[in-house]
Amino acid sequence: MAGVAVLTTINGDNVEYLCQPDETLLDVLRDRLGLTGAKEGCGTGDCGACSIILDDRLVCSCLVLGAEAEGRRVETIEGMAHGDRLHPLQQKFLEHAALQCGVCTPGFLIAAKDLLAKNPDPTEEEIRFGLAGNLCRCTGYDKIVRAVQDAASVMKGA
Amino acid sequence: MRYIRPLSMEDAVGQLAGSPGTAAILAGGSDLLVRMKGGFIEPDLIVDIKAIDGLVEIRETAEGFSIGAAVSCALMGESAALMREWPGVVEAAKLIGSKQVQGRCTIVGNLCNASPAADSVPALVAAGARALIVGPAGRRTVVVEAVPTGPGKTSLAKGEIIEAILLDRRAPRSGDAYLRFIPRTEMDIAVVSAGVNLTLDEQGVVKSARVALGAVAPTVLLVEEAAEALIGRKLDEAALERLAKVCSGACRPIDDKRGTIEFRRKVAGVLARRAATTAYARAGGK
Repeated sequence: MAGVAVLTTINGDNVEYLCQPDETLLDVLRDRLGLTGAKEGCGTGDCGACSIILDDRLVCSCLVLGAEAEGRRVETIEGMAHGDRLHPLQQKFLEHAALQCGVCTPGFLIAAKDLLAKNPDPTEEEIRFGLAGNLCRCTGYDKIVRAVQDAASVMKGA
Repeated sequence: MRYIRPLSMEDAVGQLAGSPGTAAILAGGSDLLVRMKGGFIEPDLIVDIKAIDGLVEIRETAEGFSIGAAVSCALMGESAALMREWPGVVEAAKLIGSKQVQGRCTIVGNLCNASPAADSVPALVAAGARALIVGPAGRRTVVVEAVPTGPGKTSLAKGEIIEAILLDRRAPRSGDAYLRFIPRTEMDIAVVSAGVNLTLDEQGVVKSARVALGAVAPTVLLVEEAAEALIGRKLDEAALERLAKVCSGACRPIDDKRGTIEFRRKVAGVLARRAATTAYARAGGK
């Protein structure tokens, strides 16, 4: 199989890579570019652990081909903190202990960031529906919801 | 395997038609990539149609709306004009998958995946939507119910691509609605579903009606007898009873762990009734 040459933007940086035509963007990020924040949980778009933002849309990177990223803007969990300064969502996930094993966490953070960008003051129900595409088998979700609520109030005040 | 991103429908059709092996069309990929990953399909050619001019746009025309084949369901939900005229179609499209899937999935993909339980299809059938198809022999327009022919099968010929879904401009006093039953509150596949589309006269009497049921037969059912139960009447108890009875009777469901035949029949009637009530209220009926 011939490789596909891709020029894209990831977390604001221009990035070039070669990938196979059937290779997912998740595999490109993890295996070719060393961006291992996005996780493969199910590989079929059910668990949300591989969530990224593609041209302002929250998507599962396991359901995107690497070749499709050509000319587009990709945002991953690696672009969320500014140096040592955590994003309010990251800070609040820590404070509320909204994670245990941590495999789902990058996906939850990206999905929550997208949710708050579109709806800065969500109700608990809107948070639960908004994050329904992210599965967590440790926390029981309550701590995650509270962390997102707290982050939302901090971000509104900012 | 080759991946191509043509810039025109003509090129896409030519590449698909000329492909010696298995070719797959990629828009949102939420079905295709899962099937590739599962080993159910190994295409020799993937034709990504998202770079084709106009395919990621919802256009308002003199006749109504043209929803490009690569328009995501999330984008449909952001169209105020579409929401205003076809709320039932939009609410059905918005029920597919999670936020993540919404950002990618399309109603054309939902139609061509040809699942009997596809959420957007009963709403589109009820809406009288048409599919604009481009192929090696030219362009043709068909009613959407003519596209799926059975689970996983469509009437599209080799090289044919659906370019857009067409929805008419609304007559005054019209409303549509879609409901489904799932055992969870979200992120599940319909056990039974119903789409209803009504137009009323000035007195609130139903002038025209279309009723479609999902997940109760190999393809989505357009139940003409159910429409007849509503036409010429206000949405009174007797009309709703008759609608529910006809819908239950029209089902040819399977019996599985998600729902028995008896359950699916009963719920089809209940959902049709509730969807009709919502559609009626949206049309301004009292």
